[in-house]
Amino acid sequence: MNARAPLLQVTGLAVSYGGIKAVKGIDLEVASGEMVCLIGANGAGKTSTLKAIAGLLPVARDSIRFESEPIGGRPAFELVRRGLALVPEGRGVFSQLTVDENLAMGAYIRRDHAEIRRDLDNIFDLFPRLKERRQQTAGTLSGGEQQMLAIGRALMSRPRLLLLDEPSMGLAPLVVARIFEIITEVARQGVTVLVVEQNARLALQRCDRGYVMESGVVTLHDTASALLDNDQVRKAYLGE
Amino acid sequence: MDTFIQQIINGLTLGAVYAMVALGYTMVYGIIQLINFAHGEVVMIGAMVAFSVIGALLGLDSGLPPALIVLLGAAAAIPVCMAVAYAMERVAYRPLRGAPRLAPLITAIGVSIILQQLGMMIWSRNPLAFPQILENRIFHLGGATVSTVQLAIWLVAVSMMGALTLMIHRTRLGIAMRATSQNPQVAGLMGIDVNRVIAATFIIGAALAAIAGVMVGTYYGIAHYTMGSLLGLKAFCAAVLGGIGNLPGAMLGGLILGVVEALGAGYIGDFTGNWFGSNYQDVFAFIVLILVLVFRPSGLLGERVGDRT
Ligand SMILES: Nc1ncnc2c1ncn2[C@@H]1O[C@H](COP(=O)(O)OP(=O)(O)OP(=O)(O)O)[C@@H](O)[C@H]1O
Ligand SMILES: [Mg+2]
Repeated sequence: MNARAPLLQVTGLAVSYGGIKAVKGIDLEVASGEMVCLIGANGAGKTSTLKAIAGLLPVARDSIRFESEPIGGRPAFELVRRGLALVPEGRGVFSQLTVDENLAMGAYIRRDHAEIRRDLDNIFDLFPRLKERRQQTAGTLSGGEQQMLAIGRALMSRPRLLLLDEPSMGLAPLVVARIFEIITEVARQGVTVLVVEQNARLALQRCDRGYVMESGVVTLHDTASALLDNDQVRKAYLGE
Repeated sequence: MDTFIQQIINGLTLGAVYAMVALGYTMVYGIIQLINFAHGEVVMIGAMVAFSVIGALLGLDSGLPPALIVLLGAAAAIPVCMAVAYAMERVAYRPLRGAPRLAPLITAIGVSIILQQLGMMIWSRNPLAFPQILENRIFHLGGATVSTVQLAIWLVAVSMMGALTLMIHRTRLGIAMRATSQNPQVAGLMGIDVNRVIAATFIIGAALAAIAGVMVGTYYGIAHYTMGSLLGLKAFCAAVLGGIGNLPGAMLGGLILGVVEALGAGYIGDFTGNWFGSNYQDVFAFIVLILVLVFRPSGLLGERVGDRT
């Protein structure tokens, strides 16, 4: 394996739903250890891109490479074992399962029980509110708590690449800030992160690099600080 | 009063069988929203395989104790039914995953017909006398009676249902089954191979069906290649009564249906001036089904439809 190959390499990725082309041949890379964001208007194709990477949509085999291996179109359950985890849009917690059971499902692929318990402790350090609600069903949690659970659950698989789809959706500004602090902390601990976010300012402030998507194509990509200074980005996404 | 108690006892016996079969319907429905109409045929195959094995062992003059012979019959029926259920899922239902819901439903009816015809070819079209070799001691409770076979049916049913409940709530596979039934796509994101979980669901339901088949065979002393149809349909009614997709609901629905049916059979003559006899007992399951569908479509313990999303 080429030491400088990115952890995730997307080339010419195309996604269509029936006749509708949602993603029209995009290129995107995430190097190991990076925190990268993908921003864009509603319907730009961000969720489709993440779903394709996570194995939820049929796409060409060579259009996605993870650790240099072509993984396009491989089923999601297999990709989890390779070290990929997606926190889906809308959180996707199992609402009738308890917090503990949700976290146990996050560790479904693992058998190292002692290590799982250690990771569980870490998750509860990160999200003390979850610890107080371990036996509560996930459906009764607040939106912010559900998002924390969704992130904690994804971390329980010990991913090398964590994909997050709009972790701020529907949450109060303070909770959003807290969630992003935690994502940054997770990234600092060595997990590579690719996050889709509507809140472009916050995402760009936290990330190393960013991609801007419009109608299924990547129109811009640069370091986050350069994007924050970019006139086009400031007008379209930062409301200036 | 004695008739009343007696019919409750009989009803609970029958109900335990319905509950075991209803669990198979409800588990499969819970996970892929398919009403597996072929499930009743799995019960039939369970009874028939046990019939053959028990008959063969008796023919050998093995001198084994009767209880052990029946147990061996069940022990043979269970893996056969599991294999049949796995095969039907694999061959008939899995290719239709994602197809409009009517397609697998009609396929299920087709599978049911095929299995029934297979049963006829293997075990003949005649009713078979299921060897009633268990010593059937009768205990008197006031004016009513309970037999050892009834007690055995209760004991087995209760322990099976207890084990299933534990399994669903305590084991990795059980939690994965519940997760998959709530959101298969997210289950995949957890690394759960949804197809395997679905196959496991069919297989577990089939094991319960096999045991139920041995129970009815032993209880009524008769087995026939069509026995699965009506039994399956009634168990389906029980599952709907309890709230399809809901496990405790299937158990409760089975017991209630058994009791309603037994009481109905016991009293229908008195109430209709003997216009209708107890041979009309099969009607009650469907009356219950219609009443549930009219007044409480989500069943006794079922969630409201909106809760699923
Ligand atoms: N299952 C689907 N069937 C048909 N079209 C779809 C489907 N999912 C998405 N689309 C279409 O694909 C396009 C891209 O959708 P996508 O969800 O990827 O956008 P997005 O960038 O995540 O938007 P948002 O910010 O609103 O979440 C949209 O035009 C959408 O209507
Ligand atoms: Mg989206």
